[in-house]
Amino acid sequence: MILGLDVGGTHTDAVLLSTNGIEAAVKVPTEPENLFNSVLSGFSKLLEGRDPKQVERVVISTTLTTNAIIEQKMAPVAMVVSAGPGINPEFYRTGEHYYAVSGSINHRGREKAPVNEMQIQDIAKEIKKAGIEYVGVVSKFCVRNPSHEILIRRILNKHVKKVFLGHHVSGNLNFPRRIATTHLNAAVFSLHKNFFEAVEKSLEEKGITVPIQILKADGGTMSLAASMHFPAQTVLSGPAASIMGAIPYAPEGQDAIVLDIGGTTTDIAFLVDKTPLLEPVGIRRGQYKSLIRSLRTDSKGIGGDSALRIKDGKLTIGPDREGPAMAFGGPCPTPTDALVVLGLMNEGDTQKAKEGIHSIAKALGMADEAAADHIFRTCCSVILKKTFEMIDQINSQPVYTVHDFLEGYKLSPRKILMLGGPARFFADKIQDMYQIKTIAVPESSVANAIGAALARTTCEVTLNADTEQGIVTAHEEDFAEPISKSFSEDNLIETAYTLLTEKAENAGADTDDLDEVEVVEFQEFNIVRNFSPRGKIFRAKMQLKPGLIKGYESVLNTVS
Amino acid sequence: MLKASHKTGLVFFPAFDWAIDPTHPEREERLLYTQDQVTEEGVFDIQGIVEYKPELISNEDIRRTHFCVPDEQSVTTESHLISGGGAKAIADAVMQKEVKNGFALVRPPGHHSMRVSHGGRGFCHINIEAVMVEYIRSRYGVKRIAIVDTDCHHGDGTDDIFWHDPDVLFISLHQDGRTMYPGTGFTGELGGPNAKGSNLNIPLPPGTSTEGYLYVIRNCVLPVLDAFKPDIVVNSAGQDNHYTDPLTNMNFSAQGYAQLTTLLKPDIAVLEGGYAIEGALPYVNLGIILAMAGLDYTGVVEPDYDPDRLKQSVSITDKIKKTVDQVNAYWSQREQMREKAGTPGDILVRHREIFYDTDNIFERQKEKIRVCRDCGGSFQLDSKATPGRHVLGVHIPINACDACKEKGYEFYDRADTDKYHRVYLQDRPKDSYEIKE
Repeated sequence: MILGLDVGGTHTDAVLLSTNGIEAAVKVPTEPENLFNSVLSGFSKLLEGRDPKQVERVVISTTLTTNAIIEQKMAPVAMVVSAGPGINPEFYRTGEHYYAVSGSINHRGREKAPVNEMQIQDIAKEIKKAGIEYVGVVSKFCVRNPSHEILIRRILNKHVKKVFLGHHVSGNLNFPRRIATTHLNAAVFSLHKNFFEAVEKSLEEKGITVPIQILKADGGTMSLAASMHFPAQTVLSGPAASIMGAIPYAPEGQDAIVLDIGGTTTDIAFLVDKTPLLEPVGIRRGQYKSLIRSLRTDSKGIGGDSALRIKDGKLTIGPDREGPAMAFGGPCPTPTDALVVLGLMNEGDTQKAKEGIHSIAKALGMADEAAADHIFRTCCSVILKKTFEMIDQINSQPVYTVHDFLEGYKLSPRKILMLGGPARFFADKIQDMYQIKTIAVPESSVANAIGAALARTTCEVTLNADTEQGIVTAHEEDFAEPISKSFSEDNLIETAYTLLTEKAENAGADTDDLDEVEVVEFQEFNIVRNFSPRGKIFRAKMQLKPGLIKGYESVLNTVS
Repeated sequence: MLKASHKTGLVFFPAFDWAIDPTHPEREERLLYTQDQVTEEGVFDIQGIVEYKPELISNEDIRRTHFCVPDEQSVTTESHLISGGGAKAIADAVMQKEVKNGFALVRPPGHHSMRVSHGGRGFCHINIEAVMVEYIRSRYGVKRIAIVDTDCHHGDGTDDIFWHDPDVLFISLHQDGRTMYPGTGFTGELGGPNAKGSNLNIPLPPGTSTEGYLYVIRNCVLPVLDAFKPDIVVNSAGQDNHYTDPLTNMNFSAQGYAQLTTLLKPDIAVLEGGYAIEGALPYVNLGIILAMAGLDYTGVVEPDYDPDRLKQSVSITDKIKKTVDQVNAYWSQREQMREKAGTPGDILVRHREIFYDTDNIFERQKEKIRVCRDCGGSFQLDSKATPGRHVLGVHIPINACDACKEKGYEFYDRADTDKYHRVYLQDRPKDSYEIKE
């Protein structure tokens, strides 16, 4: 049996799955001040009267790091960055203890200016004096040559608890994002460590001894041990859990839209042949930009509890929530009340819902039912408008080769999968309004926990081979090897595959899932100087795609 | 948080799968390190910088500018159409005011490509800026456009295309033609009889440094632009004036390029040449992008930059001053020069020989133009390429007066199809293109 648990903002959902389907599902209220309790009560309820030895896999998704960021409850971190020529690194200051130091590496990974060791020693003393225990070190182009970061760590190591290096967070180029991501890893490390060590201990006490897997923002899992190096990857795993939960119902060989309607927001994501689309570089949320691999999601501030108001004679929906729907004792009319008035939803206090919608209808000069329908339609069209905007944006993404320009994939979804409380009402309405096949995902209220339970391990490796300099590297994996002039594309792909499978196994991947590998990027360039070829540059990125572990999907399909 | 002072559009199309041939300077690798630098700096994350996807330009777009012989397909590849489409995408973004200005970092380049194109010249097959300018005029009705070409090679293609056009001011700064391909672009080359002075060529001596370039911008280019009052300024932003460029002998720097951009304030910049792909382009392009976006670029310095070593000699400074004085004198006499060029209604004849170094083609041209004070004047080009074809192209300018329109049709109707492989009519007022065989 496998167990998935997702701690959300209001509820903690947990499911137990076997090859027969859903064995048990529970929902407990989340205690925002004590997430540990939420996790434990989820586990306890789920395992009541069951043999813990039957549990073969445990995947947990929490809002721990997300909350820490929102509530600014992060540990103080010092950042040491070396930039070299380019944009002033002061722009990326993360806090008081931010040191822009000398040293420079260029785009080919060649050292252009050395590290000033004296300067680093002085900084080490300052950091220690300030009582800071965690440090991030990032140098520009460290993914091409991490030697400066390694040297700086060596100097800092004995003065602090842990040093996080920029080249470990991602193989992607992007210095400002690397600074932000390294900082985040360092800032949530102790919180993450304490929390999950406690979880692991109490699960052991309950008799669950299988290794714990943690859900990441890219909809994949990593082992608890791997998560200690990259705790920031757990941020925003909640939306990812839900999207993964929709995959069993996605059409094969076609594109689909996933809409998760919550209390105040609707999350929007896309599946291509059952595989979720990823952010091209990393998580973005407003001004915050990172190198954290993530599913491509966006949200619109409309949900079942969004406050309905009239402004200048026009209806506004959300983006805030004043409380639950009036039908459930709330202070202000909501889209849920409209569903009650329309007779679609048979729960709650109908009279109260009518009162709420009537106030809106009066202001709009409409009959109550017509107003409720207008509210419902407006919700659908606002969400779909945002969805279509995202599709346009994805389809207008820049490409860098003639081939990609001419062959570029165009996303054109044929099906909408809906999750969340009011999903089934919205599904019918959207299908009616837009003539796109739309379904509510079965067991949609615990789809997030199912998604977590079934998510497979994901990872990515980035390789750079330079036959002029005679080296192939994947610095993110601490890998560098000499190569000959005749090193080829095949050699690179083979090296990438070896590194990827090794990384995946270390992160807890099942060997059955190791065939879900794809080359995400490949480029080859001749290096020419003075009109004669000097060698080649090869670049490759290979990933273990997000998706579901084998053997359970068919079971869920029979449930539906 | 880094925020541009206004919105700046970027098209980045490095054509990572296109080269003239594997070891040619115009090859896949050319913008690789620029892409690395720009990506590592997080340029596309800067608030206010908007990345656009190139479009494909159509035959219709090309036909406003070129007579492609025998046709557009034979002269271009997809990469030319995308590169041109990159410039077009930026033009749309700027003209529709989605952004204040924009930079198309595209390849292959275009500024050596002339109105008649039998093939590749100086790594160029079609002139992407000229195609963009004609698109802007037809689509948005813009009247006056200035093109400032800062590539180290004379922009002879653009010079040729707008030679007779008084509404397009073309200024080229380049290394002296006696020491550099294509061997043209001397101060006396000022445009056709109806447009004298609307083409200005500023040859600079080898060894010109940042100081010299900025002197020309401040003392010649900016005052001329002030007087011309263009609606739009386009910069053909070649980067081969750099002190490390393998094909040229100049001493310009990333800081210099950024300052030039700040002074010139182009609405649209389009990348041209530049072959110091590792040591110069990453820094120069970053400098130009930051300058376009109004961001601080003081930290954008080549790792081996040494301003003392790059200082220009006193004799070079003197030569540059003399050239600038000469060009300014021509500019101030432009009206008189046009008066003297001929009597309206006269037909003037010009013979030219053009060599296509990239494709090894030799072309002979005989041009006939109607002298006119009211418009750029219709003209016909008799062009014979070896190896290649013999064609005739007739151009009626976009702002043509009735007499010139009539003359253009007369040129076209009278052309003997037995004599030519094809006869083309570029009717800009109607925005149409006709071919007879």
